[in-house]
Amino acid sequence: MLFLPELTLLGSGLIIFLVSLGKAESDTVKNIALGLGACILIAAVMGLRQQGDLFFNAYRVDLFSQVFKFLVAASMLAVLIFGRKLASVKQDVHAEYYLFLFSGVLGMMMLVSSVDLLAIFVSLELSSFAVYIMVPMRDDTGAIKFQMEAGVKYLLFGVMATSIMLFGMSYIYGLTGSTHLPVIVKALSSFSHQPAAVAAVAMVLAGFFYKLAIFPFHFWVPDIYEGAANETTAFISSVPKLAAVALLIRLVNLAGVDQGQTLLNLLKVCAVLSMFYGNLSALVQKDLKRMLGFSGIAHAGFVLLGLLTMQANGYANALYYIMGYVVMNLACFLVICSVAKDGENILIEDLSGLHKRSPLLAITLAVGLFALAGIPPFVGFMGKFYILVGALKQDYILLVTLAAINTAIAIYYYLSVVRVTYCSNPAQQETVEPRMLTTVTALILLTIIVAMGVQPQRFIDFAQAAIQSIM
Amino acid sequence: MDQLLLNPGFPLLSTLIFLPLAGIIPLLAVKNDSFSRCWALAVTTAVAVLSLLLVTGFDTSTVKFQFAEHHSWVRSLNINYVIGVDGISILLIILTTLIMPLCVLASWSYIKTRISTFMICLLIMETAMLGVFAALDFVLFYILWEAMLIPMYLLIGIWGGPRKIYASVKFFLYTLAGSILMLVGIIWLYKANHYSFYIPDMMWADYSFGHQILLFLAFFLAFAIKVPMFPFHTWLPAAHVEAPTAGSVILASILLKMGTYGFLRFALPITPAATVYLMPYVLWLSIAGIIYGGLTALAQHDMKKLIAYSSVGHMGFVTLGIFVLNVQGIEGSILQMINHGVTTGALFLCVGMIYERTHSRELSSATGIGKFMPVYVTFLAFFSLSSFGFPGTNSFVGEFMILVGAFKTNVLFKHNIALGLAAIPGAVLAAAYMLRMLQKIVWGGTANPDQSWLTDLNMREIVTLAPFLFFVFWIGLGPQSFINLMHSSVVNLLDQFHTHQGQAVAAAELILR
Repeated sequence: MLFLPELTLLGSGLIIFLVSLGKAESDTVKNIALGLGACILIAAVMGLRQQGDLFFNAYRVDLFSQVFKFLVAASMLAVLIFGRKLASVKQDVHAEYYLFLFSGVLGMMMLVSSVDLLAIFVSLELSSFAVYIMVPMRDDTGAIKFQMEAGVKYLLFGVMATSIMLFGMSYIYGLTGSTHLPVIVKALSSFSHQPAAVAAVAMVLAGFFYKLAIFPFHFWVPDIYEGAANETTAFISSVPKLAAVALLIRLVNLAGVDQGQTLLNLLKVCAVLSMFYGNLSALVQKDLKRMLGFSGIAHAGFVLLGLLTMQANGYANALYYIMGYVVMNLACFLVICSVAKDGENILIEDLSGLHKRSPLLAITLAVGLFALAGIPPFVGFMGKFYILVGALKQDYILLVTLAAINTAIAIYYYLSVVRVTYCSNPAQQETVEPRMLTTVTALILLTIIVAMGVQPQRFIDFAQAAIQSIM
Repeated sequence: MDQLLLNPGFPLLSTLIFLPLAGIIPLLAVKNDSFSRCWALAVTTAVAVLSLLLVTGFDTSTVKFQFAEHHSWVRSLNINYVIGVDGISILLIILTTLIMPLCVLASWSYIKTRISTFMICLLIMETAMLGVFAALDFVLFYILWEAMLIPMYLLIGIWGGPRKIYASVKFFLYTLAGSILMLVGIIWLYKANHYSFYIPDMMWADYSFGHQILLFLAFFLAFAIKVPMFPFHTWLPAAHVEAPTAGSVILASILLKMGTYGFLRFALPITPAATVYLMPYVLWLSIAGIIYGGLTALAQHDMKKLIAYSSVGHMGFVTLGIFVLNVQGIEGSILQMINHGVTTGALFLCVGMIYERTHSRELSSATGIGKFMPVYVTFLAFFSLSSFGFPGTNSFVGEFMILVGAFKTNVLFKHNIALGLAAIPGAVLAAAYMLRMLQKIVWGGTANPDQSWLTDLNMREIVTLAPFLFFVFWIGLGPQSFINLMHSSVVNLLDQFHTHQGQAVAAAELILR
């Protein structure tokens, strides 16, 4: 029962594997995947109240991990629903695509429960490698080869980040003689003046900064976002970030060992630079996915700002923020996937007059973008507000001011997309009619964006309860 | 909570605020054009009628916030839903509720595409605007203040003129960038105010002088852009010119007032020391705005631009009145906010009516229409006279009070005579540009285009303009009933201000020495 969501995922992966052996129709495969996705979500919901330790205490099941598993499962299902077309992925590898998707998600679910360095490493690799393969699975019939470039870049950068992390882990093991996180936290505090401890923690964090795309580990983002199929990008931009935040919440405590605050200052610099880099680069983007990629870097900076308060409240704020971010981001990608008929990349100007071609998609995109920009009454504003309040409680007034200025910078590029959708006439007249399930998903995402913005209390309570279970 | 007079019975204020928002539900379901118009008119009229209950039930003897409501909203941050009205906000709320149905009427035939969306935007605007004037929790205020940008952006961006994209984006960016530092200020206040966003608690809290200066600057940027004060005004002509008539009216009549309202509600009570210290700069900026607005308006050929620049001048008078910090000045300012809302709103409607006929905002294409549209030019003449403060009209009373306030001996500001004298040319300039416009429109010259095909105002348009004219003369001839509504709140504001400015002046002198 403790392992139910993971088992369901594993089973789903196996079923898909069996399907991939035969010559099933693409539609059948998709329907099976969708059904399995729903089962996984149900399993994650059933597992929500579980508690316990597994595998010699290397694997902890608590509210914190289960909340993340639920979020991972829910966002995966959303991607499965609106990314059903898979138009730009080769027909004959659809089953394999889902196989890798499920194994990747399995890795992420295991990641959020891991409290041992070895378990963390193994599940991280499982999740990463599956996703490395998904990127170049985009169809290359149109002689487009940039997905290959993206795949290789993703792999190389990823492997490098992982090796840095592994190096840091070896230091930590060398200093403390343990791979078990709770033991490490205790033991490491006696090494507070050791530069080795600081370097080790910094290197371990770096591995997850890569996943979350925090400056200076963001270099893969724009090319991979652009090169991967729309559906894959939707997945990469949301689900792994959830897992990364979960692990960062567990690990950032370690940064507290450093009394000279070098590490904390380093994190602050990373947070601010992420925001500025992401927002300033996004200003000039023409490809919508690239733009969202840069905006993701900026948002990661905000999450980091929540984390480096080193307080339970700050972690809860970060959790709330990433929940909101994933929902807003999914709303935008839902529109991208629906508008791209043949799975092509969407330029911002391709969206012109979307309000006439599909009012629902237009409003979904507008709400998603305004929310990302942090305009009330949507979740983006409340998330930023919580983060800023939390940071100011720690007297980070300069950080708060810089973050606020970033909000003002960011609004321009979000607004220019809304402008194209609403204020210009369609270049092409064809209407876009999303499928029934996609419509329902869009409505659900819209409701969550507004509900989390107007009534944040329930969600914050939820986040705080989750954080309390690991403190 | 002792500053609140809780409203035990029917939650009138909340009803006013949320009725327009609830009113969008049928508009979402039914896409019929004439239904959308009628429904929006019905909802806004209902709100207007209900809002009259605020006036009849308003107690002018108390300085507390009346019709107040207090509900917990976000527990973990101690954000509450607190609303209430006092003498400073009540007139602005009434102005908002009364102008909205007229905006719907003005858009009746002007807006031809996506009518239900347009009406939805108008209704959301109304909720946000009423909420901003009634909010007593700083987060509630900020959320509504920002949320308003989206419908306003759409109003300009979708139904605007040829350069709508430029204008709407500029409007959005300017306003958002301006208020972002206010957000930092709000969060700082939250911490300083024992983790509470409750506005009355922040007032008169005597924060340290350095903090007050920073807070004031953060507020000033947000509010000065909204007003707009010279030199933060450049978004205004663009937005005004490109917006549809209803959008221009909302911008001029209500949105601009939020800046000056913000000065009165936040800057003065929360940062009195900084206000005293920085007052000379604000005053001279106001004078600059008055003169600059007037001179620029004199050179315009586009009627909407002319009125937009005249707004810069008029709002300069309002900020002038606020920052002379005496009863006449502030009461004159609040009255002038209402006057400007009435007069300039009406003038934008007039220009919109011409535009609907000639499809041009150029002054040269609207010359010599007096003969063919007698009813129209009668209205236009009265509003123009009101705009430059002709005695007997509303603006005269407001500007007169502000000038009295400016000339009055002022312990905080030595150059009161120079200040008053510097403001006078503004009034003369106003007469010059308004009369120039009026002369051209009514008579024109020998080169008038053929205007004989123009039809005079229809019944709907007369009904739209008549209430404005009514208020022009009511305020112009009997301003006392309006001043009564605000008097005790203003006196209380200044009393408190003078008790707390003692420390302020001392602090200022200490710094200077």
